[in-house]
Amino acid sequence: MERIIFGDNQFFAVNHISDEKSRAQSIKFKDDAAIIKTLDIAREAGVNTFMCTTHDRIANICNIIRSNPEKYQDFKIYPCMPYAHKYANAVTDLGIAGTLKQYVPGNFFGSMFKGGMAYLSKDYLSIMELLIDAEMKMFTGINTPVIFLQNVITDLLLGLGMTDFLVGYAKYIEKKYNAEAGFITMNLPKLLDVLEKGGIKNPIICASINKANFRMSGGKELYEKTISEGRCRLIAMQVLGGGAIPASEALEYVSNLPNVESILFGASSRQNIENTVQTINFHDEKKVQQLAIA
Amino acid sequence: MVRIALIGAGKMGISHLSILGAHPEVEIVGVCDTSKMVVDVLKNYSGYNCYSDYEKMVDETQPDAVIVAVPTKYHFKMVKDLLLKNIHVFAEKPFCLNPIESQELTEMAKQKGLVNQVGYHNKFVGTFKEVKKLVKGGHIGEVTHFLGEAYGPVVIKKKSDTWRSDPSEGGGCLMDYASHVIDLINDIVSPIDKCKGSILKSIYSKSVDDSVYALVSIESGVSGVISVNWSDETYRKMSTSVTIIGTEGKIVSDANELKVYFKSKTPPQGYSRGWNVKYVTELADEVNFYLRGEEYSSQLDHFIKSVQGKAENSINTFESAWKTDHSIHLIKKQSLA
Repeated sequence: MERIIFGDNQFFAVNHISDEKSRAQSIKFKDDAAIIKTLDIAREAGVNTFMCTTHDRIANICNIIRSNPEKYQDFKIYPCMPYAHKYANAVTDLGIAGTLKQYVPGNFFGSMFKGGMAYLSKDYLSIMELLIDAEMKMFTGINTPVIFLQNVITDLLLGLGMTDFLVGYAKYIEKKYNAEAGFITMNLPKLLDVLEKGGIKNPIICASINKANFRMSGGKELYEKTISEGRCRLIAMQVLGGGAIPASEALEYVSNLPNVESILFGASSRQNIENTVQTINFHDEKKVQQLAIA
Repeated sequence: MVRIALIGAGKMGISHLSILGAHPEVEIVGVCDTSKMVVDVLKNYSGYNCYSDYEKMVDETQPDAVIVAVPTKYHFKMVKDLLLKNIHVFAEKPFCLNPIESQELTEMAKQKGLVNQVGYHNKFVGTFKEVKKLVKGGHIGEVTHFLGEAYGPVVIKKKSDTWRSDPSEGGGCLMDYASHVIDLINDIVSPIDKCKGSILKSIYSKSVDDSVYALVSIESGVSGVISVNWSDETYRKMSTSVTIIGTEGKIVSDANELKVYFKSKTPPQGYSRGWNVKYVTELADEVNFYLRGEEYSSQLDHFIKSVQGKAENSINTFESAWKTDHSIHLIKKQSLA
């Protein structure tokens, strides 16, 4: 994985601290061209991996990428599925069974319902596989070396003790997409224990890691201990702690943590994108120099 | 360990189940749902003891406490049954279909000394907790007016009906959506006890309201406006906000951002004269397990601690939810006048 990964929250009005800012973002990125322009700025700054949710609008972005193969030759996407609000709103409206009926492709589900048969446990894993395929459709022909499960699903399954689905997800991603599975979580220490017990060693995990102790369940100390053990390939997200700490201080903290392979960030302006990349590079170079002296 | 059972594994029930499943001091002893599919998945993959009959579940598993997360129309009977069996209860919101039922359950829980809580999670949101502290502390002076708003994209086109679109089951924007903001105002300011005018409007739904606009007041006569619309797709998800205007300042807050203006030269500690902005990032409680927001974990943690006798059962009690049901009832009644 590359050291710096570009995120997509700003494109879809996801702002953890301000509804006003999120509205301004949704106005700014109303047209797909504005998204592409920002992605190009990130690429110019040296960031070639885009981590994004499987939002409907990403399908348009994928079309643009596919139709410019030379320009996006080295460009990689890390899909994160599912776009949870799509399902959450559907569950409010249609219930759990109704939502599955709507989103599981084909007649598979309908026939299962009608039969009223005793379901074999593997059928539910097959439903998950069908849902994964539906979410992945928009990325056909695009380089997607790591495919993530969104935190709301990872953590829901984690709390419910449904390790089979987490393990099943990882196995299916490897088999079908020849890619590595990744897990986004707000509960890094607990997830890592569960994945290891399920036989997944050194998993790719993307977790909220910041100096502000924001969304680090169990606390910063436990996180730092877990991180120091080097048991997983980590992507740090929410590194600015939702804006609670100054960017320079926040980036210095996360850049200097051991075992953090990548840093995920999102920004809307050229200045913020370039500054963030330069700051991370600065701390990385400093670290290398210090090691050389030592 | 607190032995907990769940009735109703729908959207909220499953979310509670996951948070409780990760809680170090909780043992899930049973789960009850009418969907065969949901029960099947929970039995096979989580290993829970599952039932389709809640009375049977309660008799067999003998829980200390039960989470009731079924549609509101079933709350009264189920909660009453549970209280009669001396079981502590956490019920989802809105509490009951009419305030007479809520009152009966409130009195019963009180009389039996059982822990009782309703799932109005906004009271556990860091920003709203801070708003309450500022208002109750008199820091914005005397409240002169308030505005409670909630907007979101639940029903954004004409389509099939579910229990949420059935008024007799507790569906509709007033019951389902506006109840949150009414409950929040009741807690931060004072219970809404008069409604001077209200409009419940259907936009896409056939049989229930999709928006609620009401002019209300509290016992002291302070006025307020409730403006709620769940058919607004310009919001990505539900957005709840309160504006409280006082003689010494003004507060505008949603779940993420608290903006407060102080007129006086002596604002409370941590604030200065003029505008101040605080974010939930500095106001949120740290939780041991995070699913959809700190507040969902915090409210269940509070319930469990109350059952264990480690916390006072004082937030989101049946009594406060009864007052909210009463305010809802007034707004509904006025809309028909």
